[in-house]
Amino acid sequence: MRKSKRFSALTLVAGLAITAAACGSDSKSSSTSPATTAAAATTAAATATTAATGGATATTAKTGGSATTTGGSATTTGGSTGATTGGSTGTTPTSLDGSKVLACEVTDTGGVNDKGFNQNAHEGILDAEKEYGIKGDLLESKSASDYAPNLTAFIAKKCTLIVSVGFLLAPDTATVAKANPTTQFAIVDSDANDDNGTPNDTTDDKNLPNVRALTFSTEQPSYLAGYLAAGMTKTGKVATYGGINIPSVTSFMSGYLEGVNKYNTVHGTKVTVLGWDGKDGSFAGNFENLDDGKNLTQGFADEGADIVFPVAGPVGLGSSAYAKENAGKIRVIGVDVDQYLSNSNEQSVYLTSVIKKIDASVVDTVKNVIQTGKVGADYVGTLKNGGLDLAPYHDQEKDVPTALQDEITQLKKDIIDGKITVTP
Amino acid sequence: MTDAGTPEPATGTARARPLQRLEHIDAKNTVLVPVLAVVSALVVGAIIVAATDIDRLQHGAFGGIATNILDAYKALFVGAFGSWTGISETLVFATPLLLTGLAVALSFRSGLFNIGATGQMLMGGMAAVWIGFTMNGPGIVQIPLAMLAGIAGGMVWGGMIGVLKARTGAHEVITTIMTNYIALALVTWMLKTTAFKQPGPSGNPISKAIANEAHLPKLLDFVRPGLRANIGFLVALAAAVGVWWLFRKSKLGFELRTVGANPDAARYAGMRIGTLTVVAMALSGGLAGLAGAVNILGTNRQMTTSFAGDIGFDAIAVALLGRNTSVGTVLAALLFGALEAGKTRMQLDADVPLDLVLVVRALIVLFIAAPLLTRMIWRIKAEGGGLGLSFRGWGS
Repeated sequence: MRKSKRFSALTLVAGLAITAAACGSDSKSSSTSPATTAAAATTAAATATTAATGGATATTAKTGGSATTTGGSATTTGGSTGATTGGSTGTTPTSLDGSKVLACEVTDTGGVNDKGFNQNAHEGILDAEKEYGIKGDLLESKSASDYAPNLTAFIAKKCTLIVSVGFLLAPDTATVAKANPTTQFAIVDSDANDDNGTPNDTTDDKNLPNVRALTFSTEQPSYLAGYLAAGMTKTGKVATYGGINIPSVTSFMSGYLEGVNKYNTVHGTKVTVLGWDGKDGSFAGNFENLDDGKNLTQGFADEGADIVFPVAGPVGLGSSAYAKENAGKIRVIGVDVDQYLSNSNEQSVYLTSVIKKIDASVVDTVKNVIQTGKVGADYVGTLKNGGLDLAPYHDQEKDVPTALQDEITQLKKDIIDGKITVTP
Repeated sequence: MTDAGTPEPATGTARARPLQRLEHIDAKNTVLVPVLAVVSALVVGAIIVAATDIDRLQHGAFGGIATNILDAYKALFVGAFGSWTGISETLVFATPLLLTGLAVALSFRSGLFNIGATGQMLMGGMAAVWIGFTMNGPGIVQIPLAMLAGIAGGMVWGGMIGVLKARTGAHEVITTIMTNYIALALVTWMLKTTAFKQPGPSGNPISKAIANEAHLPKLLDFVRPGLRANIGFLVALAAAVGVWWLFRKSKLGFELRTVGANPDAARYAGMRIGTLTVVAMALSGGLAGLAGAVNILGTNRQMTTSFAGDIGFDAIAVALLGRNTSVGTVLAALLFGALEAGKTRMQLDADVPLDLVLVVRALIVLFIAAPLLTRMIWRIKAEGGGLGLSFRGWGS
């Protein structure tokens, strides 16, 4: 955080300098300038997440009470204890002194101010610093060539836990983790296995005991969002789009589609989903360009959709911008964090948000390391363990019929109880 | 000294080449301006770091700011040259920058502006990775073949731009930028196909890994195993010699330079401008494609959409800083490689984020692209009147 604040101005100058040089390095300026805006909003986002985390923990504790939560005062972020079933079975647990733990994050090329998973994971480290008194460190990557040196630099720095963000880091993380079995690793949105010398044959892969995969069943809350959207649409058309066609994105879209279909089955309606057919759909092609989000949303609105669910990080802010400019035409379902709280300029457009608490999974991992010295078994965020949730409706609450709210509360309970399985 | 700058002295009797007058840039410009640009960039970068250190400014801890800046630059230097790991990483990062830098320099000297090194690198990498994971055989066969495939991939992608320019007059600045996007989309799509995608449940766009035999031999294994530097750097150096030979000793290079300096004169002299445009872009693309192949075979082993990063754009800065000469490009690539290698250490030791490296690099470009500015700051008088522009500009 300290780095990002301080260098928001610096990145701005970088952007200006490159533009001034005008040597056609167009991608540079486009990659630096979002960081500037992102940095400015960082503080807001951070506070929002903390509040959301507190609130959602309260809900989970009550196991599916009303969806309206008013930020629980206790910041017990480790509310996802249910997920961690027997991390280090067979070994004697050795607890560590929190102040001696060094948790280090390596970002992917998005950088730490990406308003996405890099930032969210970093917030987890900051939360853990506060909660357990650990020390955190951070290395950003500029290209794929940076991953390996960044990881080995952290090995040299004797980090207790190294958090890699994103599947792109998986091969390097696996290599480094195998060579350093005493260092603990966690990797967001992916797994990193020992490929056994045959990288093109995954059947003989071995699980590395010092690597914890932090994955999320994001189809679960997206299912609820889809059900809600289908219940709220007046035009009979709802839309979604992704950043890039990768599993961690499409699982949201699949859940959303399934939720809409469920609503159709229950209520005999014919609500259609634009932008995703279960196999392919609309993608911005990046996680940066707000204009892409705006254009896609306009396209969906022109086709008659009145609710859109962007799964594309900052690109989704283009959707909310369009929705605000064209008030009443289209509403937005936020993603990753409760965007009603994080994007205070465009609160009016959010119906709800699908919350994915990467920060909570990082905190949980730190807790495991402190308590047992090991990262523990793979983490899968679910509605049940509070790693995922559907945000409150906030201002739109009066718009959402009570019957629909109750249905969604019941569906959430059914998913938690395992009565409904959503396929990613 | 270098191939572009100094004319061969005292031989100007019999075969005085008119081009050498055009290319003549005084020694001060060739060496001094780039060096001063780097120095200026480091100084201005330090000022920016100080000006944005709000926490310390508020507390008036100016001594702390100064120490912080010195720490940052020290960490940059130590990270790049202070250990065998640092040196190895400097070479690893310099390799693709050198090859793409040569690609851009080659196009500049032929009067073209190749901003498409990223796309050509992607296509080269794709071709190389395909050879790497489909073929079985000893490295002595696989490695050259994969490199040739990389060159071919880049040549096709770059040559296409040349054809568009020669046939239709489409400006290469526009078409190279556009084909970067096309290459990226194409690679993203190909990485989803079963032919390229890594098998397994993940479904992420990442290619199969190349065979172990196709890994480039390590350069510094005799020091300590595990250092990533590989013979790719030697390949890049050989390419630098090749480019030097091309422009200095070959007829083709002479023609390319002539077209670059004055297309009208070249046409009047009976040179085929269209063919030369295609050849120049193909050669430039081939070098960028080779950069992609070396990256895959040397370090990455697998293809992802982000493997080229910003290298293709950094290459423009490398070429500009190197004054489009082979020797200059090698030095510039080493400097930029050092900045890349040092930035990890800088983030860790001095707590300065990698944006400083971006800023310094951007400022270098600024000072190089505006030589008058650099001269003004350092009060250097121009000699010989040449402004030393590195390329002909946009409107051609």
